[in-house]
This record gives sequence, structure tokens and C-alpha cells, in this order.
Amino acid sequence: MSIVEIRNLTKKFEVEGHTVTALDGISLLIEKGDVFGIIGMSGAGKSTLVRSINYLEKPTEGNVLIDGVNLEELSEKQLRKERSRIGMIFQNFNLLEQKNVIDNICFPLEIAGVSKKEARERARNLLRTVNLEDKEKAYPSQLSGGQKQRVAIARALAPNPQILLCDEATSALDPQTTSSILALLKKINEDLGITIVIITHQMSVVTDVCKKVAIIDSGRLVEEGPVDEIFADPSSDAAKELISGKEIRYTPIDRLHEEKKIRIVFMENSAYEPVIANTILKLQTPVNILRADTRNVNGKAVGEMILGLPEGEAIQNDIISHLKGAGLAVKEVTENE
Amino acid sequence: MNEQVIKMLLEGIRDTLYMTLGSVIIGYIVGLPMGILLYVTSEKGLHPNKPVYRAFDFICNIIRSIPFLILLILLIPFTRFVVGQSYGSTATIVPLVICAAPYIARVVESSLNDVDAGVIEAARSMGASNFQIVTKVLLVEARTSLLTGFTITTGLLLGYSAMSGTVGGGGLGDIAVRYGYYRWQTDIMIITVILLIVIFQIIQNLGTNISARFDKRKH
Repeated sequence: MSIVEIRNLTKKFEVEGHTVTALDGISLLIEKGDVFGIIGMSGAGKSTLVRSINYLEKPTEGNVLIDGVNLEELSEKQLRKERSRIGMIFQNFNLLEQKNVIDNICFPLEIAGVSKKEARERARNLLRTVNLEDKEKAYPSQLSGGQKQRVAIARALAPNPQILLCDEATSALDPQTTSSILALLKKINEDLGITIVIITHQMSVVTDVCKKVAIIDSGRLVEEGPVDEIFADPSSDAAKELISGKEIRYTPIDRLHEEKKIRIVFMENSAYEPVIANTILKLQTPVNILRADTRNVNGKAVGEMILGLPEGEAIQNDIISHLKGAGLAVKEVTENE
Repeated sequence: MNEQVIKMLLEGIRDTLYMTLGSVIIGYIVGLPMGILLYVTSEKGLHPNKPVYRAFDFICNIIRSIPFLILLILLIPFTRFVVGQSYGSTATIVPLVICAAPYIARVVESSLNDVDAGVIEAARSMGASNFQIVTKVLLVEARTSLLTGFTITTGLLLGYSAMSGTVGGGGLGDIAVRYGYYRWQTDIMIITVILLIVIFQIIQNLGTNISARFDKRKH
């Protein structure tokens, strides 16, 4: 049984007399122990989607099942109990500014009615998990962004949740702090077996830690699957856009004159082999490298390149079949991508 | 200055403090829950309820739009009914409370509105009930702002308690009106004014210090 099952979820908001559809018929299965990424541009509806998982947003239509329990059928009180088993962290950390670190971590336990002594003990253990033993008495205002997020993670873990929801949890952090927080999340997933759902607009976050990914565009689920597969062969426009990172493209493809352009993705070992050089040497024809990037997808080196091919269909087909023969994913790129 | 005047001034200070603190405390007993109710039932609150919000909003605005001096006179029959007499410092507390409660409710509502919505959402995500959010999140996170509001309200009521001197309310205001206005004894009036200023300063400084000490946001 999936730990999270989203069935045909639709959420509509009334804004000044207009009905805005934030989510449109989304169905998703998240398996126990997964690190599941939900990615989309801002405004795609991913924040609404994550808030539907713990029913902070009640869906207009459709259902959310946590461990087989349909949240729609729960009373308000049962729902609060269920929520306490789903931890959540946020972009802006949302710590209680007037409470110190240990009291912040104890807070969900205090709400649940756990005794103070027991709560403190648990909080101290969690401070060790997030490497902040020395900050017990500090107030949030005295901490850096990364430290605040660590406190927030410890707080979310305090009631022993089965699921941890991360809403743009690294979006307010610098790249270095982001990777340390992601490493911590990975460790929590591996050591504690907690299912993690990560909402983000950063593809690098997904490729770093997620095993599976769902891509949301304008409130719809456009693509879903294992991260390496989607990365190698994105089929939706939204996925292509997120992977190519349009905003960091230095050489717009439409300004180049090559007749045919292809996108190749290096998987695993091929990233370490001189595949392009071998192709050029073997076929005795040049190719133009328009863009190249290598990334770490779940510990695997994955590279992507956009190549401009010389004119002539025969030679183009030769190059493509040679690259495919070397185990690369090859796809033609059209002008607008 | 003769002993009698000093005794009168001391009694004036006592009565002024009695009226101010009495009305502030009772005012908060009424106004704090009212402010919380306004916050909770407002459109973006924890439990929006338009009719309840509208009703309390309306009451607050009506009372706050009546000048205190007029409220004081308007409420004389009610004060007589509650306290048994319409003059003296205990009687003055009645109109002071009625004037202060809606003001306090507004001050409390605005303090609670300043609490970061993200923190409230975090508490909800942990499974907190609305009651827990009010008592464990809102009142804790807003305490600095609430204490500042308390100080401002106390200062306001100190001034209003003096105003009630015009209708025989007792306290320093009463002395200032009787001696300064009716008898032209400017010296006594000046002393009462100085005493009011000193009391006001003490309240303001005390309030500012306490709220700063409770604020953990800046260190």
C-alpha cells in the first residue's frame, strides 16, 4: 500500500468572484521510504498540492489517503491527530521567534500532551541528529538560515512522523547550505525510513536527493517517474524547461545556424568516456557543442549536451546511431526548446 | 505647602492609580477575549465567522466613536445602577472600562494580526487545535506587541481618569479641576499636572522595559 495516495485531486479557489483552478485532477502514489520530488515553476500549484497531503488545504474534489486512511472521512480531531504524524518544514522556517531552540523542538510534543521531561529528552536527541547540540538555548534570531532549517527539521521529527513534507525548504538558502540540508534529509530518509516529499522549483534539489519526481504545470501533473529516466528523456515541455534551465542558457539555440540539433544525455559510465571525441575521430566530421552540463543525479554522473550536426542527412544519421550505440539517450531538439 | 494639601495630593495619586489600574485590568478582562474573538472570526482568522465579526466590529466602532467626556455623562444612570453612585473613583471605573474595552480589543486584534501567518500554519501542520494556537502560539509570539499595547492603553486611561475629574471622578484630575479651574489656585494645578506627567513617564518606561525584556527576537 502506498503511504500517500492522491486520487483525482482538484482544488479551486474563489478569488474576487472568479474561480481559479489551482490543481486539476492530480493522481499520485508515493511509496513508503521514497524521497519524492514535486517540481514546478512558481504558481504551478505545488504548494497547494503539498498542503493537501496534510489537509491544510481541503481539496474541492478528490481524496487523499495516508496509509490507506481517507482524510476526508476523519473528524476535525482525528485529522489533527493524523497531521501530527506528518511533519512539515517550510521555506521561511516558521520557528516560534519567542521560544528558544529546545522549546521550539518540544512544541509539537507539548501540543500532543507529552510530558515535559520526555519531550526535552527527545528534543536533545534530535538536536544531535541535526548537529546543533550547542544551540539548545539559542533563540531563532541568533541562528543562520541553515541552522534555523535544522531546528525546523528537528521540530518536524519530534513526534516521530512517518512522512516529512518539505515546502521549498531550501529555496531561501545559499547553495552550500542547501546541499548540507539535502544531505541531512537524505540521512533522515535512510536512517529513519521516513518518507520525504520535497516541493521545489530547483531541478538540482530533485536530482540531488529524489528517487522519483512528479512535474506539475498549471495545476496539472504532466510527467512522473524515476528521476534518472525523466532527466534522460523528458517528454513534457515543463520538464524540458526545468531540466534545461532556460534562464541560464548562455547561447540561445534559435540564434545558431546548424540545421539539426540534438540533445544527448550521458548515463553512468558514459559520462567518463570521451564519446564525442570518439565519434568525431571515427566519422571524421566535426560536431558543434552548443551547450554542455554534467550533474549528479542520485550519485550517478549524468551529463547533457546539445550538439549542432553538420549538414547532410546521411552523416547526421551516422552520428546519431554512433552516439546511440555508445549508450546515450539522443533526442532531436526543435527551435523553441 | 500645608499638610492638608499634601494629604489631598497623596490621596489624589492613590485614586488616580486605583482608577487607572482598575480600569486597565477590568478593561483587559473584557477586551482581551474580545480582541481574540475579533482576530479569530475575521476573514483571514482561524475560524472566520462574518456575522460575529461584524457584530463585534460594529460595537467596537460605535463605542470608540463617542468622545469619552460624552460617554462619561451618557453612562451616569448605568454607573449608578452598577456601583450605586455616579461620582467618586470607583464609579469612574465603569465608564473607563466601557471606553477602554473596545479600544483594547482593537489593540489586541492588531497585535495578533502581526503574528507571522507561517508560524500559525506550522502549528496547524503539527495538529494544534485553534485553542492551542491562540494560547500557545498567538499570545506567546505577540507578547511584546501586546505589552506595548498594554502600556499605551494604561497611559490613555491615566489621561481619561483625569478627564473624569470634571464630573467629580476623584483623583488628580479632580483636584486639578477643582483648584485650578474653579478656585484659580494655579500652584496646586501645576503640581497635579507635574504629578500626572511623572506617573505617565513611570508607566511608559516600565512598560517599554518590560516588553523589551520579553522580546527574544533581537539580542
